[in-house]
Amino acid sequence: MSKTSVKNKKSTAIVRRNRRKAYLFLLPNFLGFIVFTLIPVAMALFYSFTNYDGNKKMDFVGLDNFIKLFSDSSFVISLQNTIIYTIVTVPLIIVLSLLVSVLMNNGVKGAPVYRAIMLFPHIASIVAVTVVWQFLYNAKSGPINQILRSIGIANPPSWLSDQKTALLAVMIMIIWKGIGYYMITYLAGLRGIPKDQYEAATVDGANAWEKLIYVTVPNLRPVTFYATIMCIINSFQVFTPIYVMTKGGPGRATSVLVLKIYEDAFVNYKFGYASAEAMILFLLILVVTLIQFYHNKKLEA
Amino acid sequence: MNKTKSRNVIFAILKYAVVLTLTFSMLIPFVWMLSASFKTNLEVFAFPIQWIPEVFHFENYSNIWEIANYPRMFFNTVKLTAIITGLQVLTSTLAAYAFSKIKFPERDLLFLLYLATMMVPYQVVMIPQFSIIRNMGLSNTHMALILIQAFTPMGVFLIKQFYDGIPNELIEAARIDGLNEFGIYSRIMLPLSKSAIVSLAILTITATWNDFLAPLIYISDSKLFTIQLGLRNLCSEYTAEYGQIMAASVMSVIPIFVLYCIFQRFFEEGMISGAVKG
Repeated sequence: MSKTSVKNKKSTAIVRRNRRKAYLFLLPNFLGFIVFTLIPVAMALFYSFTNYDGNKKMDFVGLDNFIKLFSDSSFVISLQNTIIYTIVTVPLIIVLSLLVSVLMNNGVKGAPVYRAIMLFPHIASIVAVTVVWQFLYNAKSGPINQILRSIGIANPPSWLSDQKTALLAVMIMIIWKGIGYYMITYLAGLRGIPKDQYEAATVDGANAWEKLIYVTVPNLRPVTFYATIMCIINSFQVFTPIYVMTKGGPGRATSVLVLKIYEDAFVNYKFGYASAEAMILFLLILVVTLIQFYHNKKLEA
Repeated sequence: MNKTKSRNVIFAILKYAVVLTLTFSMLIPFVWMLSASFKTNLEVFAFPIQWIPEVFHFENYSNIWEIANYPRMFFNTVKLTAIITGLQVLTSTLAAYAFSKIKFPERDLLFLLYLATMMVPYQVVMIPQFSIIRNMGLSNTHMALILIQAFTPMGVFLIKQFYDGIPNELIEAARIDGLNEFGIYSRIMLPLSKSAIVSLAILTITATWNDFLAPLIYISDSKLFTIQLGLRNLCSEYTAEYGQIMAASVMSVIPIFVLYCIFQRFFEEGMISGAVKG
């Protein structure tokens, strides 16, 4: 037996042993992963091309679902609302949390206390938060309108019962809830900015505002990148506050994509159709994320 | 010199104004909720707001506890949270060890598979998951919730990132010393990654405790309700019992608040672990 073939025999045996060891460790999680994540992903794609009703009926219908989607007015409205919701809440959340984290990092006495309090909205369950805000928004007797009336606004908005303001009401609550989380991630990012960049800026005669724009924000770009993607993805997936607060109403004023998917799947039992809608949601998220990645790559170059 | 001084003062005032306003606005709804939970239904919406009620109506809490099935829901939620978190931590640390410290040919491909599916939103998989669970005869059971939440790729990703930071030389040395893989896992990796494990546990506990959509889809038997589901049902059933609804809300957030006070550092570490490493 030549030296090389002995060596090869040894290494394949090692490879096989490692593989066996690895799979032993992987197995519990991997099994669950395959059955409850991987296979459902494939199935969802398949469902979207059928008219599966969750029971017996499953015929292949090709692109029918997708074509029907865009003439389905409740889907189109849900899509519109979701996009409006995202366009309004994401920039506000990101900018406000960036701002507050910069301020907090800038020598605020008692910062740990404020920081802890600002995370309360994030850790509290969305259901509880929604329930409280629903009371706050009560058009007739809720504190928000009581306060508005007491400062002279005779006809405050009806918030959740008015089609024109319902979505806005939800958005305000979500911005309130979201700032804390992103503030923490920005604070972590701020810690990593080298102090000498600020010193150099001071030498160059920069004032506080200029330091913010030319030192802080560029250094925080990776955090902003991550935060924006996460915030957009979460925005597209909003469900619970809408379901608990307005159920999509009044009318369809607050109906969002996931609410529509949920209704079509688990109330109307149109599994195939709902899967197609979910695919659109996925595509939306994918496209926006890819755009972000591309944009970020260009900025880094 | 005086100009800069006054500008600094203005800046300081602005700084505290913004921070204090935001902090105050984050706190106020919770204070209102707490205060309302001790009031009668008429008092809840009284204006001007009476922050400290004259009489503390503790019966709001005892009513919820007795009538609204709260103890059972509390038990259900604790049970689910404990099981899911335990399984998640166990299987994630095991799998992450394989991905991080054992060299096998398919390693990168499999991990890429994990990463790719992380991108797919829950709302896409929730429909086929429901079919699978139903075919297993597990609809309307706690097992359904456990199975779909205990094996998420997120946990593996988080722990693997941490494990990657543990030097391979340590592992190699242990192997040379004759320690088997499971020994390395339990006696080296686990103790060294305690903070990552606690962060993952906290993330999972919070996510499971606050989860609404999955229990909504699977649980129709009120004996199996979780707290979030129960709270929402309470609102639709007893719409005018404002005080009691607030009491129920308070009770649903207290456990996580307590956890937060004790483990604040780990809450924050869990939040930034995705961001800083990217």
